[in-house]
Amino acid sequence: MSEKKYSKKHEWIMLDGESATVGISKHATEMLGDIVFVELPEKGKSLSKEEKAAVVESTKAASDVYTPVSGEIVETNQPIVDDPSNVNKDPENNGWFFKIKIKDKSELNSLMSQPDYEKFVKDNPN
Amino acid sequence: MEKTALYNFHKNSGAKFVPFAGYEMPIQYKDGIVKEHINTRQSAGFFDVSHMGQFFVSGGRSTELSLEKIIPLDFKEIQMNQSKYSFLINDEGGVIDDLIITRVENGFNIILNAACKDNDIKEIAKCLNSESKYELRKDLSLIALQGPKSESILESIIKGVKELKFMNGNYFEFQEKKIYITRSGYTGEDGFEISVPNSIVENLIKLLTDKDAKPIGLGARDTLRLEAGLCLYGHELNQEINPIQADLKWAISKKRRETGGFKGWENIKKDLQNGVSKIRIGIKPAGKIIAREGTKIYSQSGEEIGVITSGTYGPSVNSPVAMGYIKSKFSEINNKILIEVRGKKHEAKVSKLPFYKKSYVK
Repeated sequence: MSEKKYSKKHEWIMLDGESATVGISKHATEMLGDIVFVELPEKGKSLSKEEKAAVVESTKAASDVYTPVSGEIVETNQPIVDDPSNVNKDPENNGWFFKIKIKDKSELNSLMSQPDYEKFVKDNPN
Repeated sequence: MEKTALYNFHKNSGAKFVPFAGYEMPIQYKDGIVKEHINTRQSAGFFDVSHMGQFFVSGGRSTELSLEKIIPLDFKEIQMNQSKYSFLINDEGGVIDDLIITRVENGFNIILNAACKDNDIKEIAKCLNSESKYELRKDLSLIALQGPKSESILESIIKGVKELKFMNGNYFEFQEKKIYITRSGYTGEDGFEISVPNSIVENLIKLLTDKDAKPIGLGARDTLRLEAGLCLYGHELNQEINPIQADLKWAISKKRRETGGFKGWENIKKDLQNGVSKIRIGIKPAGKIIAREGTKIYSQSGEEIGVITSGTYGPSVNSPVAMGYIKSKFSEINNKILIEVRGKKHEAKVSKLPFYKKSYVK
């Protein structure tokens, strides 16, 4: 396992060998409020960095979730589809969205470390 | 941006604010929309609805007859302290606003939607004669206390409120001031709407929170009213929709449905006699897909037949719920329809309203 990184669109990603796990940050769930619907990408789908990968809906509105890196979807987290409140409960562990086989690991370099992300959130509260 | 007298209370309670009808209003507090919703259904919650207009019209029978031109109620039938749900109607029969009107000493109290109130007052004033006097009561706050524990909580603070029947009101004494309370609300729960001077509204809120009533934001107010199948102006109702299309025929007094004599009567009479071409319905999407306002509705054969006007997830029914307008011939309960969300058509069906039902105190 390597260091967890964050995107400006509030996704987190954690590399594990050739693939990485992606979810949305705790801060993102606090902004969204209660998540009541999750739509995940299909397994085998190829996506480019910053392409739309999933949808989350709160009681208020729908939001897109983007993939922070390019690659192929290899696994998705069905328990958050069955009970979307699992995302709010544990966004940065059990509330993960999908695993992606990374095409180009250098794409990770443009993402933020946890302290950098915390600073980014503080500077961009909305 | 205007603020209600409870702005600081909201802020100190961890509210997230949104601009709404020119006011900075709490959309939710720390607990979040789902918990606030459930708390209202299972216990009691209170809403600051002071942004709504509390409009007082005084005068005699001639004032009533003037109001009858724009509000399709039979005013003779409204008893002292009785409340009625109705509308302001435009020349084409469209809804200028929906409202609750209560007969009080020397006149009527009319509760108007925040976004409509300035225009409403102009429209009402145009109908009134010189004998009538009117006033928008900006000195008063309005608190809706809703949920099954509302009665016991409010009775412990203001003795006698438990005697009120649904859609009835009266004057009570609170901290040496005469205040007006009705048994009503807009959540599908039992509850009260308390009109109280701005100067003492914080005192009332303190007593309510001491009794474990929780503050509820506009977010949960929307999910609660939608589960209860209640219209929200600007969504299910507007100037182009008449009460018959909105399936709110019952909010026009029986006598007025027969004799008319109010604005837009010709169009409403036609729709009463011949039926409407489109009508408001409840919609239950299959599965978990949420259909928001603006979602298009299709028939099984792919014809576009309507549009969704409100849609969200209903925490108490634990499924998505929506309302919208559909061509009348497709409006039968349980009729299968398709809704287009993010470019894909999903199964849904026409549902009975309300989605969630609770019995009121009669």
